[in-house]
Amino acid sequence: MNVAAALPPDNAVKRAPFGTGLLLSEDHPLCPGCGHPVALRVIMEAIEDMALEGRSVGIFGHGCSAMMIGQMDIDLNLSLHGRAPATATGVKRMLPDRVVFTMQGDGDMVSEGLAEVLHAAARSEKITCFLLNNGVFGDTGGHMTAASVLGQRTKTDMGGRKAEEHGYPIPISKLVAGLDGVSYVARASVHNAAGVTLAKRFVRRAFEHQLQRTGFSLVEILTMCPTGWVSKPADGPAYMMDTLGRQIELGELKDGPAAA
Amino acid sequence: MARIFCDGSEAIARAAIASGLRFFAGYPMAPSSDLLEHLTAKLPRAGGVCVAAETEIEGANMALGAAMTGNRAATGSTGQGVALMQETISECALHETPLVVFTVGRMQQDYFQSTRGGGWGDARTISMAPKDVPEAFELTQRLFHLSDKYRMPAILLTDGMLARTQVSVDLTPLELEPLPPKDWAVDGTGTGTGRSKTHWTWNEGKVNNPGPGPQAHWSNLAEKYARVARVEPRWEAIHAEDAETLIVAFGTAAKFVEYVVGEMRAEGRKVGLFRPITLWPFPEEALEKAAAKARAVGVFELNAGQMIDDVRISVPDRRLVRAIGGISTDRSGLSIGDLLDAPVIRARIEALMTGVNA
Repeated sequence: MNVAAALPPDNAVKRAPFGTGLLLSEDHPLCPGCGHPVALRVIMEAIEDMALEGRSVGIFGHGCSAMMIGQMDIDLNLSLHGRAPATATGVKRMLPDRVVFTMQGDGDMVSEGLAEVLHAAARSEKITCFLLNNGVFGDTGGHMTAASVLGQRTKTDMGGRKAEEHGYPIPISKLVAGLDGVSYVARASVHNAAGVTLAKRFVRRAFEHQLQRTGFSLVEILTMCPTGWVSKPADGPAYMMDTLGRQIELGELKDGPAAA
Repeated sequence: MARIFCDGSEAIARAAIASGLRFFAGYPMAPSSDLLEHLTAKLPRAGGVCVAAETEIEGANMALGAAMTGNRAATGSTGQGVALMQETISECALHETPLVVFTVGRMQQDYFQSTRGGGWGDARTISMAPKDVPEAFELTQRLFHLSDKYRMPAILLTDGMLARTQVSVDLTPLELEPLPPKDWAVDGTGTGTGRSKTHWTWNEGKVNNPGPGPQAHWSNLAEKYARVARVEPRWEAIHAEDAETLIVAFGTAAKFVEYVVGEMRAEGRKVGLFRPITLWPFPEEALEKAAAKARAVGVFELNAGQMIDDVRISVPDRRLVRAIGGISTDRSGLSIGDLLDAPVIRARIEALMTGVNA
């Protein structure tokens, strides 16, 4: 089949443009059914809604959350694995009037970078950390992270994570919410339209906390990874809500001033 | 500015602040803790920020973030702590972020670390070793300047003896050539303008404004390193021109060798000193010339033999090169031991000369 024949016919149904103003391309390089582009779009839309253009900096961790850095019209750094909250600390301390956020997967934040996020939260850095949590190292093909939930299928254990072999997942949002330096923690999911709407509300709320300098903020967003979970793209949302969704309670964990 | 009586740690802290340091993040470890204490006290008063980091790794990555915004930033520790920072230092080299690192070592065991590093990729780092406190004040300023000029990390390699030695220091800042504005800085002003930046070691840019990509970017870095290696070597040669025995030493050890060489010269002995000030780029050509008449080249360093590799590469006949230093520490392993003593050094130089004459 030649290339022209592989193109969609002229009368094919056109999909709605993916791009927000901050998206420089309508395509994304991630797998079919991936939840990351949805979550990234939610965050970019929040930046636009709140008119944070010209004054926001992103620090991206390593993993699939960083696959779109070339397509986002955002001043950003691709940080070392796990270190994004430390790098964001340096940026925010030099530019206190900017909105500084990290974008990290669960492998980046909960496995490699647990110290960084906890200490940034405890120091009450006025930054926002976003965790795109799919419970696997999606970038490496679906290996177990410190956030993989019990029973979740990963390349490390295709039978599903077992507590007796691999221990228990780290509930990062709960840990962070327990620290005095933190003013906002919320958990959302992009498995359906209602989830996306809620995620956007939480993202905006986190940025409001940062703008008001109340304390450290974290939004955990559950994202589908059908490739990593060895499931069909269309089955991603259902599998996610059957695994991560059953063990991770969604909603706001903290919304108030950090302890004095 | 007036002279003050201060130790090496304070001189380095004052030089950093005089250079416009805005951010420092560190983690305490002897013998580098005094420098952290001076910056904790002095940097906020000068309008900067000093953070007590949870680990050396985070300290280095905080400094990276601060430097990325176009502000002068630094971190530092002793050799063990800087070992933890290696990934960040190479990262800064590869995404062209200026960063100054202070390594306050225990003997001189961090030569390899300061000149080769333990990070990844084709990363190079300017590295300088002061022989005494006034020179530490000078070189600290030069390192901030060169780090910005070439957009690469720069290391001051010194030791606990220098850090804790008190001398009179002239605090008049150096006059250095002005540098262009940092139009590469990533500060959030580009977001949403179509001119935003991606700060990354692959340097791929954005889809609407592509960067050179890894092949071209890393090749450009290699050219930059070659330029730095041509232009920036610094050294001091004392009585080297007619020396039959040439001693090569760096940092604090070189200060002691300088004294011994002066003493022996006064007695008519044809001995000289070659002291690399930049450890990278190593002054290879200058050493080659200085060693032209030497019948023996002795390398005095307080380690198991690290700089000696660079000396062997540089001198015309590597068979003339002998190690006359060695490991020398006290019982704690934290300080310099008995070898750093003028009569001991003299005995080793004389043994080298006798061996050649025999």
